[in-house]
Amino acid sequence: MKEYPRTQPGTQPEYLYEGYRSSIRRAPSQPLIQVPHTLSELTGPLYGHYPIGESDSDLTRHFADPPLGERIIVAGRVLDEDGRGVPNALLEVWQANASGRYRHSKDSHPAPLDPNFLGAGRAITDDAGNYRFVSIKPGAYPWRNHPNAWRPAHIHFSLFGAGLLSRLVTQMYFPGDPLMATDPILHSIADEGARQRLVSSFDLSLTEPEWALGYRFDIVLRGRSATPFEEGRK
Amino acid sequence: MRRMPRLIPSASQTVGPFFNFGLTANHALGIMAPDGAEGEHIKLVFRVIDGDGLPTPGDSMIELWQADSQGRFQHPADPRSAAADQNFSGFGRLETDANGVCVFETVKPGRVPNGDGGAQAPHINVTLFARGLGKPLRTRVYFAGDAANAEDPVLALVPSDRRDTLLLKPVAGQANAWAIEIHLQGEAETVFLDV
Repeated sequence: MKEYPRTQPGTQPEYLYEGYRSSIRRAPSQPLIQVPHTLSELTGPLYGHYPIGESDSDLTRHFADPPLGERIIVAGRVLDEDGRGVPNALLEVWQANASGRYRHSKDSHPAPLDPNFLGAGRAITDDAGNYRFVSIKPGAYPWRNHPNAWRPAHIHFSLFGAGLLSRLVTQMYFPGDPLMATDPILHSIADEGARQRLVSSFDLSLTEPEWALGYRFDIVLRGRSATPFEEGRK
Repeated sequence: MRRMPRLIPSASQTVGPFFNFGLTANHALGIMAPDGAEGEHIKLVFRVIDGDGLPTPGDSMIELWQADSQGRFQHPADPRSAAADQNFSGFGRLETDANGVCVFETVKPGRVPNGDGGAQAPHINVTLFARGLGKPLRTRVYFAGDAANAEDPVLALVPSDRRDTLLLKPVAGQANAWAIEIHLQGEAETVFLDV
């Protein structure tokens, strides 16, 4: 059975990152125990036939009237470690509204809710691993991690790929956001390149004239799709 | 021939505190085994406890992945997938409630082949996401008292004095109900796995 490649140091956040205060009482204190990849780890939930509605990937069409905010298109490819598109990957996204407020009972930020914006959507990748969402640009918002702390604008992404170890929950950021420089959640990733890969790029070719700005965000999931034939060659 | 250079997997980021309306609004994912699923129907009660000894209220999420009652997965990597129970998906997902608790309805998994001719003990893969966790914590839970635990190759890698942290215990007074506390830190810290 073929194991997944192991994670390269620095390219994922550390559990304990003191700048991110909530990690202090939640990060495990004992070292993790490395285990082999058995059938239990090499399988995983598949979503090839998950019922996705036509409007699930357009967060501006969940109510009769459109939400407030700057309309955006977020699109890209979901790839494996060999650079091959991952088909039938389920993406789930959630985000704050244009004012920086989540539709969640515990979000106490005194910014207005938008009755026309839920802020959650889903999509499935096509045969080449492509996905596309329409939404509005989320606002920045304050949090109580440290004095005058603000999260940069971001969209939460959740992905199911080819197997259990491909599972990923991450956040997409927007290019040029000055709040990224001081954000401890982003900086819990030690590697600069790994941080940069969570920043989308503005893409004029995705932008629809007189309608919406386009941002490209490609995502790489753990796992390789190399065929047994390639595997056998040294 | 040299391999193509590998791409580096995208970094994880915390699920944060406000994922409910995006990920866990559908509580149907707590019912992994409808009535028609084969095997012994069981209830699994998880409680997540942070480093202050407090439950994680509503801001953590558990995902389960397990084999069917015969140890088969509905996934192409399992050569026996065609025979897997079509009424059982193997996947569950719930947020913890105000008391840090979530309850899944499933079936007891069968023994999964180990690849070397042996078989693993019945177990369930657990992935825990939470505010404060930059990447998920992964572990497995096993059934206390199952004779197969003694020959499980993954459990064998866990120091014997910490194996108890991975054992589901029967719930007193409730038939077919099993419970476990996931401790993020402290004396009873759960063993977490690097997979």
